[in-house]
Amino acid sequence: MLIKTHADGFIHPHTSDITPQAVYLQRRALMQRMAAGMAGATLASWTMRDALAQTGGRVAPMTATKSAVSGATTVEKITDYKDATGYNNFYEFGLDKSDPARNAHTLKTTPWTVTVEGLVKKPANYALEDLLKLSPQEERIYRLRCVEGWSMVLPWVGYSLAELIRRVEPLGSAKYVEFVTLADRKTMPYVGSRVLDWPYVEGLRLDEAMHPLTLLAFGMYGEVLPKQNGAPVRLVVPWKYGFKSGKSLVRIRFTDTQPATAWSGAAPQEYGFYSNVNPTVDHPRWSQATERRIGEDGLFSKKRKTLMFNGYEPQVGQLYAGMDLRKFF
Amino acid sequence: MSRLLLHPAAKPLLFVACLLPFLWLVYGAAADQLGANPAEALLRATGDWTLRFLCLTLAVTPLRMLAELPALARFRRMLGLYVYFYALLHLLGYSWFDMGFELAEITHDIAKRPFILVGFTTFLLLTPLALTSFNRAIRWLGARRWQRLHQLVYAAAVLGLLHFFWMRVSKNRLDEVLVYVAILGVLLGWRVWRRWLGHARPGAGAMPVKR
Repeated sequence: MLIKTHADGFIHPHTSDITPQAVYLQRRALMQRMAAGMAGATLASWTMRDALAQTGGRVAPMTATKSAVSGATTVEKITDYKDATGYNNFYEFGLDKSDPARNAHTLKTTPWTVTVEGLVKKPANYALEDLLKLSPQEERIYRLRCVEGWSMVLPWVGYSLAELIRRVEPLGSAKYVEFVTLADRKTMPYVGSRVLDWPYVEGLRLDEAMHPLTLLAFGMYGEVLPKQNGAPVRLVVPWKYGFKSGKSLVRIRFTDTQPATAWSGAAPQEYGFYSNVNPTVDHPRWSQATERRIGEDGLFSKKRKTLMFNGYEPQVGQLYAGMDLRKFF
Repeated sequence: MSRLLLHPAAKPLLFVACLLPFLWLVYGAAADQLGANPAEALLRATGDWTLRFLCLTLAVTPLRMLAELPALARFRRMLGLYVYFYALLHLLGYSWFDMGFELAEITHDIAKRPFILVGFTTFLLLTPLALTSFNRAIRWLGARRWQRLHQLVYAAAVLGLLHFFWMRVSKNRLDEVLVYVAILGVLLGWRVWRRWLGHARPGAGAMPVKR
């Protein structure tokens, strides 16, 4: 704020600095109501309506604490629950963005077991209940950037995958982690379609998987994951394009060779193993320099600039020091 | 049937019917009914409707001859202009939503990406056809030359399909592409077959008609 003194002479404020009378009167009315003890009730119903609009209240709530991990809680506007749960890529349930919300109800999430195997000292089958209790659940508000050029801001619930990895004690020879997702023809109508090889497999380098931002997520919007968002447990790697974050995980395997992942197998020239969000490396058919934030960037507003590593460069940049990110895209 | 097609209300009715997808999209955009990503929905829809009207336009002549309904020909020009209308909206949508109307970026994008280049070329091929669609242009060019010019629509059909194929191929989503390949294959194949048999003089299938 600029402090004006007599030395400035006769300065009028800008008209935009003057509080409009209507707003001023509203404030007066609010203060009067507060004085009358009504504000409590008014605000309570207002915040509740907001909370209901956010969650839809259809699945079980989850409790979580704020995450202390650096970069884990962006303050950007959170995407509407309706968009986050109605606009999904989950090809096991259909190829259109609206298909998963319509079809994923058939997914059976109990009982659920995640097998952890490969180059580890303590391979194990984790029942979902045990996995949920393995480490305290945290809320993480991450940007999600899809390779298709759109983005969202999503409040996940989960904990760092590193918590699980430390418990199974990877061998020195383990260099990569492979994530295998459910491929059940009975409940997933599009498993078997020629779009991809099933099951959908994703992978990370071990140091990427160990990074505290790499999240094993069980919920979002303060509730357990909706089925179309990858229930009951999924991966979230916020600095990579969305497809790297496998949904409905059933197996985590530690290997010494780079896993053959679904999209880099289907179209190797378009989707690389790393697939870090990178505005300077374009997809062959479209630019990755900009993105459209779902529900926020209007039809006619300019798309926003995509950030290196989706804005997580301070946290993850050093993982790729000295690497040619054009070659390892 | 022929009387129905020649009815004075037939053309205005078709005009409105062809405009319905556009009106529906305008309503959808205004009422926020296009889902989470309205820009993408508009781009896809206008592309889809361009291909659909292209199929309809190319179906007029085979239908006219096979069903012996010469009156069908009076709708061909309007259908053809609707191809251009939706193609123009498609290009406009891309330039606006994706490129923010930045001419330098658009030219750069067209030059850089074969997929966009093919789509843009399709639009360019359709442009002279739309510009010479009125009667005076036919007279001015001469029927023969006009016919030759309008055979560009076949090239546009193939390139438009290639543009669509290119978009879908990397995601292996070829089901819809194959439907259009089949339809356009039949429509273009029929023309090749007729010429092969020597049934028609060159260009007879694309005879210009008086209103």
